[in-house]
Amino acid sequence: MGFLDLSHLEKSFGATRVVKDFDLSIAQGEFVSLLGPSGCGKTTVLRMVAGFEQPSSGSILIDGQDITGLRPNQRNVGMVFQAYALFPNLTVAQNVGFGLKVQKKPSSEIRARVEEMLQLIGLPDLSERYPFQLSGGQQQRVALARALAPRPRVLLLDEPLSALDAKIRVALREEIKSIQQKLGITTVFVTHDQEEALSISDRVVVMHEGIADQVGTPFEIYNRPSTRFVASFVGTLNIIGATVVDPASGRIAVDGQEITAARGVDGARAGDKRAIALRPEAMLLNGGTDGRNHMHGRIDEVNFLGAIVRIRVRFADSAVSLDIFNNPNAPPPARGEDVTISFSAEDVLVLDGSVPG
Amino acid sequence: MTRRLVAWIVLLLGATYFILPLFGTFNFSLKMKRGVLSFEAYRVVLHDATFQQTFGYSVILALLTIVIGVLIVVPTAYWVRLRLPAVRPYVEFITLLPLVIPPIVIVFGYIRLYNTSSILPLTGSWIGTNILIVFGYTALSLPYMYRAVDTGLRTIDVATLTEAAQSLGAGWTRILTTVILPNVLVSVLSGAFLTFAIVIGEYVYAALLNLNTFGPYMVDMGRNHAYEPSALAVIAFIITWACMGFMQLFTRFSKHTKARQ
Repeated sequence: MGFLDLSHLEKSFGATRVVKDFDLSIAQGEFVSLLGPSGCGKTTVLRMVAGFEQPSSGSILIDGQDITGLRPNQRNVGMVFQAYALFPNLTVAQNVGFGLKVQKKPSSEIRARVEEMLQLIGLPDLSERYPFQLSGGQQQRVALARALAPRPRVLLLDEPLSALDAKIRVALREEIKSIQQKLGITTVFVTHDQEEALSISDRVVVMHEGIADQVGTPFEIYNRPSTRFVASFVGTLNIIGATVVDPASGRIAVDGQEITAARGVDGARAGDKRAIALRPEAMLLNGGTDGRNHMHGRIDEVNFLGAIVRIRVRFADSAVSLDIFNNPNAPPPARGEDVTISFSAEDVLVLDGSVPG
Repeated sequence: MTRRLVAWIVLLLGATYFILPLFGTFNFSLKMKRGVLSFEAYRVVLHDATFQQTFGYSVILALLTIVIGVLIVVPTAYWVRLRLPAVRPYVEFITLLPLVIPPIVIVFGYIRLYNTSSILPLTGSWIGTNILIVFGYTALSLPYMYRAVDTGLRTIDVATLTEAAQSLGAGWTRILTTVILPNVLVSVLSGAFLTFAIVIGEYVYAALLNLNTFGPYMVDMGRNHAYEPSALAVIAFIITWACMGFMQLFTRFSKHTKARQ
């Protein structure tokens, strides 16, 4: 049993089941991200923990206490919203102290805690400003301080970085992680951004159509996706069609070129069509030692992205994208060039079914 | 160039249409003393004990109307926006009814409903009649108060602010008083000043409920005097414009609303 336990959680809006039999156990001090596309039910799960939505069935326990029926203001759960949701009529200090004032704490204690929180978020000099006088990043920091000030049992973050620009987003997500580690607060973070989820979470829950498709560490989620959806949603993935040659040894053919999948092809027969997945960073261009899979193709497209160069290599019918590091002393390969790519047998993920369409 | 000229002419004609009668009234109000322009009519009016009494009475009624209006409209508009958006058109329709139904019809309805032989004989006592007129004025001011508050609520993210306050432990009363009301205060004040202006000059309700408010006093004065009614009209006009001016002032100088402008 964890610190925050969600068991058999269900939520329906009319005839639509948005969350289906959702189970999750989060340890104290753990940082868990709910990752998934829009409409997958991740925000609904978070809102049920916060108390803004009542589950159709199932239970929510914090530290062994069943909070399923409690009102949002009785749960002692802090929440940070995508839209900041700072009270426009209150100053930064008043915003941060709001929860403590509700708890009827003495003003000296409120003042000290507000100061502590503003130090924590690195904005000690902005206590008298109004929200409209702050930048987006500053507002979200204040929102974080406000949520943390009453010492909540669980911190919920609902896409808190979505409204910010790219640079601030990266800086703030590192800050959130460091604050979370410093305070050791149990945190649930909702995002549709896989990079965000992978970079700051202890564990990631990939959600799809109301269910948890896979729960694991960022390493597991990225490298060992358990479903086709997780494989396609997390990271950039090349999905190409292949024909099974020898299921036992994992030999398969892509456009007539034979390669090996280390984990074999379960339940398939020779001649079956299968989809395989390859990560762009798993492939090497014109290199690689013996024992790796090699495929010959022609460069179809070259995209210079700064630190990396994404190259699209076409075989007969299929094509894959692979990434190479930018080398300032050598220009990237040109379109139309014949190349050989290599990848290890471990990097070939054989998915259920063939390539659609 | 010609279009510009036409625009100016239209503007001037419009301004003349509004300003000329006002100027005429003001000019006439200054002619109480023969041969000289003076504020004698204003002095007479302002020193009239009945003026002071009726005006004070109307001010009290206006303030009570505003308080009751705010207590009814703010939670209603908030709740409709937060939880019952589907009923918003119906609520808007109901709040607009006082603009459609003539006041004389409404007040006759009140008299029939609350006369001395009814279950709730409000017209049978002075306090009852005052309660009736305050609630009547509250209904009369609904179109202005509800629209003003609803417009204010539209400028803030009511749902998220409510949830943020709830997650910090706040209950409904605290959310309404410390989060919602301060953020729509400018709108509430706009509604309040409009209500004040309406109640101060209202005649039909007061006359039919036989209450000596400022409206019937102005009419009575108009029947029996020459210059004082003009002075009263100018005073009433100044009060109305002062209310409008205050509305603008509060909007402009409200700190946190600047962010949304």
